[in-house]
Amino acid sequence: MLAIHPPLATSFLQDQSFLDVLYIIAFALFIQGLRGLSGPTTAVRGNRIAAVGMAIAVIATLLNVNEGNWGLIALGIVVGTVVGVPAARQVKMTAMPQMVALFNGVGGGAVFLISWSEFRLTSGFTSTATYITIFSLFAAIVGSVSFWGSNIAFGKLQEVIPGRPITLGSAQQYVNFVLFALAVAAGVDIAGGDHTEAIFIGMLVCAALLGNAVVLPIGGADMPVVISLLNAFTGLSAAATGIALNNPALIVAGMIVGASGSILTNLMATAMNRSIPAIIAGGFGGGGAVEGASGAGEHAGTVRSTSAADAAIQLAYANRVVIVPGYGMAVAQAQHAVRELTKELEKRQVEVSYAIHPVAGRMPGHMNVLLAEADVPYDQLKEMDDANPEFQRTDVSLVIGANDVTNPAAKNTPSSPIYGMPILEVSDSHSVIVIKRSMNPGFAGIENELYYDPKTAMLFGDAKSAVSEITAELAQI
Amino acid sequence: MIIASTLTTNLAILVLAGFIGFVVISKVPNTLHTPLMSGTNAIHGIVLLGGLLVVGLSGNGTFNKIILVIAIAFGTINVVGGFLVTDRMLEMFKSKPRAGSVSGSASGSKSRSVSGSGGGSSQDDSSEGGS
Repeated sequence: MLAIHPPLATSFLQDQSFLDVLYIIAFALFIQGLRGLSGPTTAVRGNRIAAVGMAIAVIATLLNVNEGNWGLIALGIVVGTVVGVPAARQVKMTAMPQMVALFNGVGGGAVFLISWSEFRLTSGFTSTATYITIFSLFAAIVGSVSFWGSNIAFGKLQEVIPGRPITLGSAQQYVNFVLFALAVAAGVDIAGGDHTEAIFIGMLVCAALLGNAVVLPIGGADMPVVISLLNAFTGLSAAATGIALNNPALIVAGMIVGASGSILTNLMATAMNRSIPAIIAGGFGGGGAVEGASGAGEHAGTVRSTSAADAAIQLAYANRVVIVPGYGMAVAQAQHAVRELTKELEKRQVEVSYAIHPVAGRMPGHMNVLLAEADVPYDQLKEMDDANPEFQRTDVSLVIGANDVTNPAAKNTPSSPIYGMPILEVSDSHSVIVIKRSMNPGFAGIENELYYDPKTAMLFGDAKSAVSEITAELAQI
Repeated sequence: MIIASTLTTNLAILVLAGFIGFVVISKVPNTLHTPLMSGTNAIHGIVLLGGLLVVGLSGNGTFNKIILVIAIAFGTINVVGGFLVTDRMLEMFKSKPRAGSVSGSASGSKSRSVSGSGGGSSQDDSSEGGS
């Protein structure tokens, strides 16, 4: 079925069909594993099934390798394991987005390095089929963009480099375009038969600069979308490498990741009411760069602040409480405190659930991970579409460190930049308590009408200590 | 009978895989999107195979060997780290007996990680034995 192309003929042993079967088993396991991810009960097994598939694919490949290079392979794998395992074990759940960015980056790095080594090994793709050259070049460019872009994304989320947009101003688009055009031109030149390595390196450098230039102008809030997009890129570049190396496991795995990354990117962009081109254009949100706080001044309404004791009384006598967690809760590491509060309320027969916005936290589903870490039962977590109709019969909504995702302006104010964004309709509930550090606007830089609503009470303070205080007050009632 | 060329066979695989990817991934609930992202992230670490294949070819010079070892190390980080971290996240979603049970909130952020022996053979990373 899967014939081989000339450059690899020497390394593939006579049992090619056997190896192909192993690869087919491997990608079947990837697909089965991902199917498992469709529910929380099967997800752990799904991930492990995919890992087994990976192990089979690696073993099948190792069966193929020349004897002489075991040392190099062992060295690479040992170094990778020594770096990767502790990183994966120790990363905090709040830091998950940057961890994913980092892992994604090294994947992209591997892709362009492999492509480079192929170039050198074949003396500049001499006597290589043109399509193989083209796919290798595609992999090199996309892999390089992904590597550098992901590293910048990591740096921004980890706050190694400033999260605010860093731009070249209006020249940015032109610079990006020129870098892109140069990388493609170099690729076309090589595909056309130029064997000069300097051209190839020039192409990698242009792609690297492009990766930097695209991600640097993007604000912290949009970063998860970018990571997801780069994830799709790395997947596609892996698939391209698969075609260049005639390896079905690489093709299938890479393409599936490409597809999933595209879906996720799209979902996230929709949930944030942003278009992907607008995100790539950059300059939105993050850090101190507050843009056009339109209509901010018209809220002459007053803000009512409350105390932990009053909040505790309000909660204790409620029948139904919905907690709306946001990133503020995560940065304050308040999820365990919130869980304690929930337990205290449940003791009083108060029905508690959590309403999770699709982009609560820093990635879609990130908040669920953080709450699961704090042992919050899965069935208490309600997704937006299930949570919204319930607010009308909710006595108290407790908003902890969430802002834009509760802003009624998204429904009521067509001029608002977030108009049209799906929100949690917190303002439908009988009363609202908002725990927030200050009146500063959120990432989108817009005032939240919710805070001026007469039924809203603000409890100013750090999420963790505020929640702990409420719990302490509750215990005394 | 027409025998498909390598290119067309591979392109067919590519296209079909794309459609399967869309179908499978569309069914994943929002709740699990972070583990999904990190899980698919681990899967594209399969580029590791590319590194292994190329390093297995004859004629690699010293510089090539260096960049390939780096590529293999990168790929391994991607695979091993990706699957481990996904496993850690998903373990947390395992349904627990409501409220009651032991494991208080004192168990900080890292204690829940999988327990297996991890090191050594590396590929079999998600420590199947763990809990």
